[in-house]
Amino acid sequence: MASKPRTLYEKIWDEHVVERRDDGTCLIFIDRHLVHEVTSPQAFEALRIAGRKVRRPDLTLAVPDHNLPTTARLDASGARLPIADQESAQQLAALEHNVAEFGIRYFHATAREQGIVHVVGPEQGFSLPGSTIVCGDSHTAAHGGVGALAFGIGTSEVEHVLATQTLLLKRSKSMEVRVEGELGTGVTPKDVILHVIGRIGAAGGVGHVIEYRGSVFEQMSVEARLTVCNMSIEGGARAGLIAPDDTTFAYLKDRPFAPRGEQWEQAVAYWRTLRTDEGAEFDRSVLIDAADIEPSVTWGTSPEDVLPITGVVPAPESFADPSKQKAARASLDYMGLEPGQRLTDVAVQNIFIGSCTNSRIEDMRAAAEVLRGRKVHPNIRWGIVVPGSGLVKAQAEAEGLDRIFIEAGLEWREPGCSACLGMNPDKVPAGERCAATSNRNFVGRQGPGARTHLMSPAMAAAAAVTGHLADVRDLAKEPA
Amino acid sequence: MEPVRQVEGRAYPFGQKNIDTDIIIPAHWLKTITREGLGQGAFEVLRKEDGNVFDDERYAGAPILVAGDNFGCGSSREHAAWALIDMGVKAVIAPSFSDIFSSNAFKNGILTVVLPQEQVDRLVEVAQTETIAIDLESQTVTTPFQDRFSFEIDPFRKACLLDGLDEVGLTMASDAAIGKYEMQLAASRPWMARGTGLAA
Repeated sequence: MASKPRTLYEKIWDEHVVERRDDGTCLIFIDRHLVHEVTSPQAFEALRIAGRKVRRPDLTLAVPDHNLPTTARLDASGARLPIADQESAQQLAALEHNVAEFGIRYFHATAREQGIVHVVGPEQGFSLPGSTIVCGDSHTAAHGGVGALAFGIGTSEVEHVLATQTLLLKRSKSMEVRVEGELGTGVTPKDVILHVIGRIGAAGGVGHVIEYRGSVFEQMSVEARLTVCNMSIEGGARAGLIAPDDTTFAYLKDRPFAPRGEQWEQAVAYWRTLRTDEGAEFDRSVLIDAADIEPSVTWGTSPEDVLPITGVVPAPESFADPSKQKAARASLDYMGLEPGQRLTDVAVQNIFIGSCTNSRIEDMRAAAEVLRGRKVHPNIRWGIVVPGSGLVKAQAEAEGLDRIFIEAGLEWREPGCSACLGMNPDKVPAGERCAATSNRNFVGRQGPGARTHLMSPAMAAAAAVTGHLADVRDLAKEPA
Repeated sequence: MEPVRQVEGRAYPFGQKNIDTDIIIPAHWLKTITREGLGQGAFEVLRKEDGNVFDDERYAGAPILVAGDNFGCGSSREHAAWALIDMGVKAVIAPSFSDIFSSNAFKNGILTVVLPQEQVDRLVEVAQTETIAIDLESQTVTTPFQDRFSFEIDPFRKACLLDGLDEVGLTMASDAAIGKYEMQLAASRPWMARGTGLAA
């Protein structure tokens, strides 16, 4: 095996095989398990019924994010405010009970460290290069941004990991997505991943793990890489990852759960070996020229429905595949759009800047840069900025970004998943449109009847200022 | 998990592609802390449409769903599998499934059958009037019109489904191997073994 060149994915896989069965199924060791309130209660309940324990509470970290309201969590005296929704409150209480019973490290709802699980993991140095990371959430792919093999699992698998710290898996196929060249002005990591999904399709990565390679990813910050890997699942791939490098090591150094001292040196030496070998073969390769990527938005109800902001709404007949034609017709009907309509003519009423895709400090800065000295358009009825964690919130406030958002006319909220999936009170009204930095434009995702257009934080800020989908490059030309 | 051998009966002739788990079960149903009762919320948005297959009397209680490409994409919510079970669906046939959904379905004893698009199209047609039969042992799908389609399935999954095995129990039998791996990990990558720093 040592002589055969291997991909990064194969290296991480091989390192985690506990047992290999005759049919190729492997028992894979899980280094890091992240737990939140929505997909874990039934798993803990199953452990209780079977009289089982959590095998490695020390490799498990829990934080609530999906259900929490993003309005104030403490009253004037510093006491915790109750959650009005009874079911949400019950689910949070169940998590609090479970972490106490099973001895799991927990960031409670009002802790500074609380936030969206996929923001918290890397921020705390819990997510490390070369590790296997799972969570009962499909956007776990995000942690691939630090060079980890990270993927979402269902609740039965959450139970399996809690009980055994392993999963039974078959190795996936490998796909290389290579983007070379220089990104144009106004083109952000979100535009890169939207473009990739548009290219490969929502099912393009099914059965594959993606490795993002090439100069564009090498030059990206870790936060940018987390944004890219996060949406691998929207291209059908359960995981996506980027080889760790000096940028990764600098990002992780001195974070709370990252190794220290001699172990840090040992870890970095090992992490440097985590690269795809020269001559290693991928099952599929997709090559993209960075110059072809423009600031992008989605027009339909699948994340593959991506176009440059300079484009027009497509005619369903323009698709070769009959089932795609049918899907496009249904999408346009749901979205209230006409073929041929210019994307920049589409008025929006709601703005959502946040989610595990785009709620880190660099995202906050990018949105604030566009909004600085500007006001949101009168068309905008509701606009919220939801930082990814309490630490992102504190950093943004230290930089005065919260003032920029508030002065522009947006609300500055507490951390959580929020309007990305509308499990908490943050929802987009039926029939209204939202410029969103989240990851899914599915029917009803942001609330029943809500119409979602996915885009980067800078583009969402541009939509806020103009009241319609807008090209951030046009705004840059005008003084604020 | 209950053993699965055959699934036979009427089938919802659905066939839409890229059906995400938000469509199968919307987020507001995820606030439950149990697995039961989610059938009421299954396909809630589609059920508001006139003439939808889920409220068509001909298919009421059908144990099979004939779906489109990339079925179950999006969110990892296992509630989608629980919702299908609660509405009586025991098998889904489609040209492809999202990886996470197909795993979730399997863990709950739902058979996911992958067939080429043209065979799925044929089954959508047959399902309008006739029953469909799936036999896991022989890995075939048959119709009263003598259609006979073979499908592939992972041998491990097949064995688990046929025997109704508890996967966690099965893995716990590998306790010694996991323990050995953990010892090696603590020696070779001690920073990984450190975790959150709490004692195991």
